[in-house]
Amino acid sequence: MTPKALFAASATAALLLALPANAAELTIGFSQIGSESGWRAAETSVSKQEAAKRKVNFKIADAQQKQENQIKAIRSFIAQNVDAIFLAPVVSTGWDSVLKEAKEAKIPVVLLDRDIDPSGKELYLTAVTSDSVHEGAVAGDWLAKTVGDKACNVVELQGTVGASVAANRKKGFDTAIAKHANLKVVRSQTGDFTRAKGKEVMESFIKAEGGGKNICAVYAHNDDMMVGAIQAMKEAGLKPGKDILTVSIDAVPDIFKAMVAGEANATVELTPNMAGPAFDAVAAFKEKGTVPPKWIQTESRLLTAADNPQKEYDGKKGLGY
Amino acid sequence: MTALLPRRGLAQILALIVILAVDRVVSPQFFDLRLQDGRLFGSLIDVLNRGTPVALLSLGMVLVIATRGIDLSVGAIMAISGAIAASLADSHGLPVVLAAALGAGLVCGLWNGFLVAVLGMQPIVATLILMVAGRGIAQLITEGRIVTFSSPDLVWLGNGSILGIPMPVAIALGMLILTGAVVRGSALGLLIEATGGNARASELAGVGTRAMILAVYVWCGVCAALAGVIAAADIMGADANNAGLWLELDAILAVVIGGTSLFGGRFSLVLAVLGALIIQTMNTGILLSGYPPEFNLLVKAVVVLAVLLLQSPKLSGISGVVARLRGTKP
Repeated sequence: MTPKALFAASATAALLLALPANAAELTIGFSQIGSESGWRAAETSVSKQEAAKRKVNFKIADAQQKQENQIKAIRSFIAQNVDAIFLAPVVSTGWDSVLKEAKEAKIPVVLLDRDIDPSGKELYLTAVTSDSVHEGAVAGDWLAKTVGDKACNVVELQGTVGASVAANRKKGFDTAIAKHANLKVVRSQTGDFTRAKGKEVMESFIKAEGGGKNICAVYAHNDDMMVGAIQAMKEAGLKPGKDILTVSIDAVPDIFKAMVAGEANATVELTPNMAGPAFDAVAAFKEKGTVPPKWIQTESRLLTAADNPQKEYDGKKGLGY
Repeated sequence: MTALLPRRGLAQILALIVILAVDRVVSPQFFDLRLQDGRLFGSLIDVLNRGTPVALLSLGMVLVIATRGIDLSVGAIMAISGAIAASLADSHGLPVVLAAALGAGLVCGLWNGFLVAVLGMQPIVATLILMVAGRGIAQLITEGRIVTFSSPDLVWLGNGSILGIPMPVAIALGMLILTGAVVRGSALGLLIEATGGNARASELAGVGTRAMILAVYVWCGVCAALAGVIAAADIMGADANNAGLWLELDAILAVVIGGTSLFGGRFSLVLAVLGALIIQTMNTGILLSGYPPEFNLLVKAVVVLAVLLLQSPKLSGISGVVARLRGTKP
């Protein structure tokens, strides 16, 4: 804990020292949701790195998961007359009036990671988000390709019931495997995006499917549930990654650890680098007046054991996941 | 311990048997057992193993409820103790890890007990404070990440076994025996019930009600901390955002299913643990059934309602009337 904290502190200090000296060209304010997950923490640290790379004067306001804090932060960025505002909206509605204020002040707003209510499309410059339906499809395509023509019973660990990400990742996967009659989802249950529930649900899947003999692959809507499921498979005397294929989404460091150990097969990355494309869009807009498309889709990279998981792990472990 | 199970436990045992039978129907291999790496393996073992955290929580909760209190902070205490255990696991030995994690639970319990017994706050409000703040404390400890560890000692607590019985189950059983021996082997249980029945009368009769209340919250904190350590050991990591989330409600439910009144005054440890097992038997059954997850909570609610109706005095009154009309003894 301590060396990490020390590293983070020194990195922040370095950033603070570096900024004024570089006479930054652009000042950008970022209203971040707060620390809701490891991915969110990684997004914050990657945003800082990307800002430092581009010598942007970058200000982050942590909203502690509250919309009113985000609105306050945006108003204060407007008062400081920043060059652009990044917003990772905690909810999708209720942004109209504050975004109008930004528009009147001629400050472009870029949405990161999440979209807002469609009524506000003219109120922001662009939205940089991942397509979670596509993520599910990438996972499904990988499985179809890996399995080939063999019959394959898939069990699915869903995210929280009612979460749009879970519904989208399910939809994408289902559509991708619908073309392959040999692939069938035999069991699907929610693991609430957590390790503990992922493990518990996988335990029951294994019991219900002949001790795991009838399962050919597991698809989890996030890596954390897969990490739990991998433990359940090991405790049942199965070899995850060999007896049962695994594919999940997010690309958190621990799934690469499992890949290095040969216990996981594939993951689809939800990149924490949403700010990078946003910086580029703002820079192009400011310098040349190029208006970016309304939606910049981030790449959903497929990462397997063949893609040097050790390197991915080393690159990601310091980001705060 | 069997002396604690006269007529009172009948409804619960009946409910458990019915749910087990339903589980057998939805999943024919439900009662299959085999040894896997020297550890019993099967759905029944899953029920016991997964039921451990709530069973441990209910052991503390039932005593708190017996004093007419309630502890909403147990889920947050689980998150704190799990976070501490996971952070220390790779750098310290198991005794230190356990002492620190359980010590944290003890301190949390003392805090709750102090607010309720000394400052006289309403238990639901007093423990709500730690319920909210505790998760924040746990997140501070883990820095918002999932802290993983590989220390074999701590992992053994979650995934090891003694004579084929998973460690968590053995620990819960040990705690049940220990708690039972302490509160029922002495007059302590009676004094706790007296405190809950009528605190003022008990005070006047010379019962140290303040000390009783403080003690039950401390014990509740320690039980919750132990549950947190086991939950962390199980997944080899501490997830401050999700560990023990909403489990305080399951623990209260277990106590209520066990027939303990929320108005205090009487309690049964064995039945509270049985209540936890009923909840988990149901959960595992739902997972095995293959129903879409949208039905999980609905099924659970219906079953809980049925179990509670089974032990409702009004309803047994009705059945008594019916019996009398038929001319048989109720």
